[in-house]
Amino acid sequence: MALLEALFLQSGYNAALVAIGAALLGFSAGSAGSFLFLRKRALVSDAVAHATLPGVALAFIVMVTLGGDGRNLFGLLLGSAVTAGLGLLAIEWISRRTRLSEDAAIGAVLGVFFGFGVVLLTVIQTMSSGRQAGLESFLLGSTAGMLFQDALVIAGGGLFSVLVIWLLKRPMTLVSFHADYAASLGYNVRQIDLAIMGLVMAATVVGLKIVGLILIVAMLIIPSVTARFWTNRSGRLVWIAGALGGVAGYLGAALSASVPDLPTGPIIVLVAAALFTLSLLFAPARGVFAAAIRHRRFQARVHRRQGLLALAAQHPIREGYTLRLLAREGLVRADGVPTLDGRAEAAKVVRDEERWTIARRIHQDIGLSGQYDGLTPIEEVFTPDEIAEFDRRLGAPEAV
Amino acid sequence: MAPFEPEIVTTDGQLLPAAVPADAALSIRSATVSYGDKPAVFSVDATFPSGAMSAIVGPNGAGKSTLLKAALGVIPRVSGDVFVFGEPVEKARDRIAYVPQRASVDWDFPTTVLDVVQMGLYPRLGLLGRLGGAMRKEALFCLDRVGMADFANRQIGQLSGGQQQRVFLARALAQDADLYLLDEPFAGVDAATERAIIDVLHSLKADGKAVVAVHHDLATVREYFDHVFMINVRRMAEGPVDITFTTAALQSTYGGRLAATHLSELALSGAG
Amino acid sequence: MGAEFVQFSLTPMLIGVLAAIACALPGNFLILRRQALIGDAISHVVLPGIVVAFLITGVVATLPMLVGAAGAALLAVVLIEGVRRLGGIEPGAAMGVVFTTMFAAGVLILEQSDTSSVHLDVEHALMGNLESLVWFRADGWGSLFDPVALASLPEELPRMALACALTIALTLIFWRWLKISTFDEAFARAMGIPVRAVGFGLVTVAAIAAVAAFDAVGSIIVISMFICPPAAARLMTNSLSHQVLWSVAFATLSAVAGFALAGYGPLWLGAVNAVSAAGMIATVSGVILALACVFGPHARRLGEAAANSN
Repeated sequence: MALLEALFLQSGYNAALVAIGAALLGFSAGSAGSFLFLRKRALVSDAVAHATLPGVALAFIVMVTLGGDGRNLFGLLLGSAVTAGLGLLAIEWISRRTRLSEDAAIGAVLGVFFGFGVVLLTVIQTMSSGRQAGLESFLLGSTAGMLFQDALVIAGGGLFSVLVIWLLKRPMTLVSFHADYAASLGYNVRQIDLAIMGLVMAATVVGLKIVGLILIVAMLIIPSVTARFWTNRSGRLVWIAGALGGVAGYLGAALSASVPDLPTGPIIVLVAAALFTLSLLFAPARGVFAAAIRHRRFQARVHRRQGLLALAAQHPIREGYTLRLLAREGLVRADGVPTLDGRAEAAKVVRDEERWTIARRIHQDIGLSGQYDGLTPIEEVFTPDEIAEFDRRLGAPEAV
Repeated sequence: MAPFEPEIVTTDGQLLPAAVPADAALSIRSATVSYGDKPAVFSVDATFPSGAMSAIVGPNGAGKSTLLKAALGVIPRVSGDVFVFGEPVEKARDRIAYVPQRASVDWDFPTTVLDVVQMGLYPRLGLLGRLGGAMRKEALFCLDRVGMADFANRQIGQLSGGQQQRVFLARALAQDADLYLLDEPFAGVDAATERAIIDVLHSLKADGKAVVAVHHDLATVREYFDHVFMINVRRMAEGPVDITFTTAALQSTYGGRLAATHLSELALSGAG
Repeated sequence: MGAEFVQFSLTPMLIGVLAAIACALPGNFLILRRQALIGDAISHVVLPGIVVAFLITGVVATLPMLVGAAGAALLAVVLIEGVRRLGGIEPGAAMGVVFTTMFAAGVLILEQSDTSSVHLDVEHALMGNLESLVWFRADGWGSLFDPVALASLPEELPRMALACALTIALTLIFWRWLKISTFDEAFARAMGIPVRAVGFGLVTVAAIAAVAAFDAVGSIIVISMFICPPAAARLMTNSLSHQVLWSVAFATLSAVAGFALAGYGPLWLGAVNAVSAAGMIATVSGVILALACVFGPHARRLGEAAANSN
């Protein structure tokens, strides 16, 4: 019941705000992350997220030094955005200037910025007002004790990201998919790249409070990887990833509001991970089961065809799997001798081969002869009239 | 059988008995390899004689390199067996030397020319065997054979494409094998390198070694090789160059990709 | 440099050095294989590993936690490989999916289980607490020869020493296989070298190093030890063996300088309390890398250097 209440935003004003905020965050993180995923730079988000830590700590120190409240969420998020941006610049600088590859740059920035953040946290602990700073909550996120204006900041940030994505989706998709082509169309690739990184940073920063800096990475990566199982089109991928992220955010927040002791961040991530696992296993075209079935069928087709070719040539069949396959179909006896049906099938295969030989002689065009891969039936490539012509040239079928 | 123009004896060999000569350096039986659900190589039987230079020829994407890599177990086969000098390939690894495509490695790797050549000695050294002066001399000698002795201590990233290819060949020489498998050894190299490589390969042949190379330049097949294997996913033709490398075989292998004039020029008139 | 140093600084500094070296060694090969981020993935799943170990055994003991962390690391590696192959997902994204999910599961289990009786400290696991690994019984350099004092060495020291010795031994023994399968995988396969086993072994060693190091330096700071010293070393030389030696030197320097700066730096600045040693080690390793990027004699790719000199 509690879950239903939470799902329909009936468990209190704050919980409702968190749920809406999480859904918006999920949407913007999912779709922003899909641009990174398309550029094969998914883990850049990991570095960005970890690089927020020193920013949060620095912002706290600055705000306290200036005599303000160190815990002002807007100020903390601003600080986190600054160091996240520096981290991004550092990654770009290292991979452009040196021989190190981007993955090394990502890892270095991630570890070093986080390490420096930890140093600053210990500095804060020694400050008089630092003991109750509670900045550690940015590691794992915490919606408990969230203030109304915090929720507003999150909801506002999420909404803003969604708007930007809606406005810039086309150029961003184009750049992610094929930067050179986008440039040739007159888009400013560098600026659009910056906008993508800005979105990723915005999602990261907004997500700090709800899911924390380690798990926000999940919100940026998992939805787009999940979406990849459902579409081959990059334009759709962005929206599907956004929708998946939104669903995960909303469901996760509702679940966490309805059950005591369920931390929001991990639950949101686990909902996203569950959606991913289901897609990985059961997606119709790219899922594991579909692929396994397809591969088995393919293997069987290869072995069946090879077996029949061997029968036609009156070779012994060497491979056990081939033999079992043909025996199951009643095409050979257990000792490998072809049955009548087997001979008929072998004759068909020989016929197919001969037709292909003629076809390739007549049609020099690669589009057609390139289909000659041993498995494609000739009927799929040529019209019945053309095949009749091949047969006329071949003469009557021979028995094997 | 077929009531039209004379058949190339070896085309569509699946229908002919797959006789495996006992002296074959490399023989492949019913090999199928696929990327995803499309066969890259389908049910190919191939036999490469020992003491000869063989070329694997075919259009781009026709499975030339795939066949070679699958034979070595570098990529998995869906089906098929491979024999080297009559033994299963897994048991004959020390008799094979392999020259992969140049582009398949990271030339920014922190190592020197001599170091790369010494990798060819690893099977003999084992994990911890000492790389003594004799071994080093051997590696230097191999570098000398490809005309690269002066570059022994160079960083590999500083080499030109042709020099990289020669270093790879020197590494294969260091393996001191009986069968040399080369993947596009002449791709993107300068004329001098091509000459140097072919000289080394011919001297290997003179020593009774077998050489099999994936080759993309149809113009030099007749000049360089004794034996040719033509592939376009399926086996198209196979045999001694002077009777196999014909207009008809090329047409069958390349389809419409080669202009008719070009074809007759390549195959000359020596069709059997 | 007297009794106080031996008591409060010697052991944590040694542990830091050993941890840094143990991580830097496999890091060299991970970087050359473009797998640097596997260290990232491994270190993030250490937390769920120890949480599960704690749930199963019910005690906060070292051995079960190490086993749990190592198990989680290997599970993560297998899952990443599975997602990559089965789903046809690029490695970075596959890593991102797997380690964040496992991390979330770890945090959830931790919050759900009754941890009030036993203190399982998430922040400690993430950030480390190197300073606490002191040698209370020591009263000077003489304690190094005092069996009673030696018996009270923090148990992390021998454990880290063992892990470090193991990484060194395996790196030396499998040097040729590692080198050739990293440089030219196809050639290594054709030679019959078990390339996949070598790759898996490398990742396993990295996991062992990360697990042994995590409670000293924290699981996230470990990442900088995997990557920064070898990355900086790559920019210093064009020889693999020299690169590995440089990385060991940089790792040692980061650990020693980082520890010293964390302990004494604030005092020089007039503050009273030390800051996180693990964090400072990571920071120093980052500074070293940054300097290597600017001044390293081989910072640029060879082709570019040649192009620029023309």
